[in-house]
Amino acid sequence: MIVRDVVTKVRSKNAGPFWLTIDIFCGTPDAFARIRDGLSTDRVATALATDPATIKRFDIAPLHVVKFSLPRPTVQGALDDRDMHGAGWAPLIAELDLN
Amino acid sequence: MTRILIPSGALGLGYDQIALDRGVAARPDLIAIDGGSTDSGPSYLGRGLSKYTRAGTKAEWAGLIRARQAAGCPLVIGTAGTCGTDSTVDWLVDITHEILTEEGLTAKIATLKCEQDPAQIARAALTALPGAPDVDPDTIASCTHIVALAGAEQIMAALDTGADIIIAGRTTDTAIIAALPLQRGDHAGAVWHGAKVGECGALCATNPQSGVLLLDTDATGFTVTPLADGARATPHTVSAHMLYENSDPFILHEPGGYLDVTDATYTALDDRSVRVTGAEWHIADAYTVKLEGARIAGYQTVALVTIRDPHYVANAAAWCDDILQKHAAKVTARMGPQDYDCQLRIIGQTATLGALDHSPAPASEVGVLAIVTAADQATAHDIAKLLNPYLLHHPLTRDEEQPTFAFPFSPPEIDKGAAYAFVLHHVMTLRDPMDAFRLEVLA
Repeated sequence: MIVRDVVTKVRSKNAGPFWLTIDIFCGTPDAFARIRDGLSTDRVATALATDPATIKRFDIAPLHVVKFSLPRPTVQGALDDRDMHGAGWAPLIAELDLN
Repeated sequence: MTRILIPSGALGLGYDQIALDRGVAARPDLIAIDGGSTDSGPSYLGRGLSKYTRAGTKAEWAGLIRARQAAGCPLVIGTAGTCGTDSTVDWLVDITHEILTEEGLTAKIATLKCEQDPAQIARAALTALPGAPDVDPDTIASCTHIVALAGAEQIMAALDTGADIIIAGRTTDTAIIAALPLQRGDHAGAVWHGAKVGECGALCATNPQSGVLLLDTDATGFTVTPLADGARATPHTVSAHMLYENSDPFILHEPGGYLDVTDATYTALDDRSVRVTGAEWHIADAYTVKLEGARIAGYQTVALVTIRDPHYVANAAAWCDDILQKHAAKVTARMGPQDYDCQLRIIGQTATLGALDHSPAPASEVGVLAIVTAADQATAHDIAKLLNPYLLHHPLTRDEEQPTFAFPFSPPEIDKGAAYAFVLHHVMTLRDPMDAFRLEVLA
C-alpha cells in the first residue's frame, strides 16, 4: 500500500525560496495513525535524497495532518531547479510505500 | 477592536466585487492587500519588475481605491509590484496617480521604500537563517536588487502620517494587516495570528478563490469571516491554513519577535465565521529584518524537440546522455573552452523530478527541453545552436537510418535573457526599525 491509497491529499509548496514543505492531509483519525506510524522520516529523506536530520516533522493529530519541512532539494530558481513552485515533489511522497 | 478588509491574497489575483462591496458596507478600519511574493522565482526581484500586467494591476487597484474612498479608511499594499523594490513602488505610485486623475479623486499617498545598497549589505553583519546558501561579500555586492522585509513597525510609521494610500515595498505578508490593530492595543498574539490566517485572503476558507475576507481583532482574540457567497470559514480550514507555505505550522517569525499558535483554539461562531484565541506573541531581544537578494546567474537559450518514435522514446535518457557528450566535444572544438551549463530534461519521464523520479510511467511521446546557460547571451545562443543538429538527427546507434525529430518552432532556439538566482536568506539587526527604510509622503 502507498501513501496515496490512504490519504485525502498530499501537497508540496515552497516555504520561501530555500525551504520546501510537504503536507499530507490524511482526512480521518485512522488514516492519520496509518501515516504517522507507517511513513518514517527516513523513508521521506531517502525519496528526496536528503539527510533525515535536516527534516522537521510535525504529526498534527487535531488536523489529521503529517507535515515535513526541509531545506529545498534545489534552491528555488537555481539552474538545477526544475520546479519553481515546488508542487512537483508531492507525487513522489504520495507514491511511497507504507509499513 | 479593529476591522480589516482583505480583498484577496495578492493584487493581481482578482477579487469578488460583490463581496468587496459587502466588506466596505461593514465599515472596515483599513483595507490591506499583499502585492507580491518570492514564489514565482528570483527574476522579478532580479529585474525589479512586477509579475502582473500594468493593465490588470491598474484595474484591480482602481477598484480598491474606490472601495477606500467609499469606506473612508486607509488602503495599504505591501510588497508592491511582486518584489517590493523601489522601482515597483514607483511603478504603482505612477498607476495610482493615473487612477486618481481619471476618477477625479484626491488622496494623500505615503511610500515606504525597502531597497538596500548591495555594496553596503556586502559589508554589513548578517546572520544566516537555516537553509541559507553560502555567500561571500562579492556575491552579495553583485546582486541587482536587495530588499529588506519591513514589519509592522514601519507600517505603523506610515499610518502615523495620516496617509490615505500607503504603497510599501517589501514587507512581511502579515505586517500590513497587523500594524493598525497593534497600534490600537489589540491582543498581539491574536493580531499576528489573524494576520497570518488572513494574508492569503479567503484561502483559509472554502471557495478559496473568492478572495475577500473580513478580519476582526480585539483584546482577546480574532474572528475571521469570508464575504463571498458560498465561502465558509470552519475551525478546520482556519487552523489548516497555518500549514500553508510555512515550514513550521506553529511558529511565525517577524522582525520584532515571534508568534506561537501551539495553544490556539478555534471555534465556529456560525456557519461561516470562526473565532480564534490562545496564540501568544513573544518579543525578541533584537530587532532583525530579513533580506532578499537576487543576482544574474547567467544568460539562457532554450530549445524544445518532441519525439514520437517508440524506439527513441524508450531510450530517451541514453539518447540525451550521448548528445550531451558529443555536444560538449563539439563546443570545445568549435568555440574553444567555455564555461557553461547545458541540460536536457526529458518531458514525459523525469523533467519535473530529475534523478529522484524512480518509476516514471511509459509515455507514447517525450519532449526534450534543452537549457543552455552561459556568461552572456551570444555565447549561450551559439552553444544552443551547436545542439541543433543532434536534437534534429542524432541516431541511437551508428547502424540505424538517420532519424528526424519534431521541432515546434523555427528557429528552435529561444533566447531567454538573464537567469537570476536568489542569494540571501539572512537577517540584519537594526537599532531602530526605520534604519533600513525610507518613508515619504508625496505632495
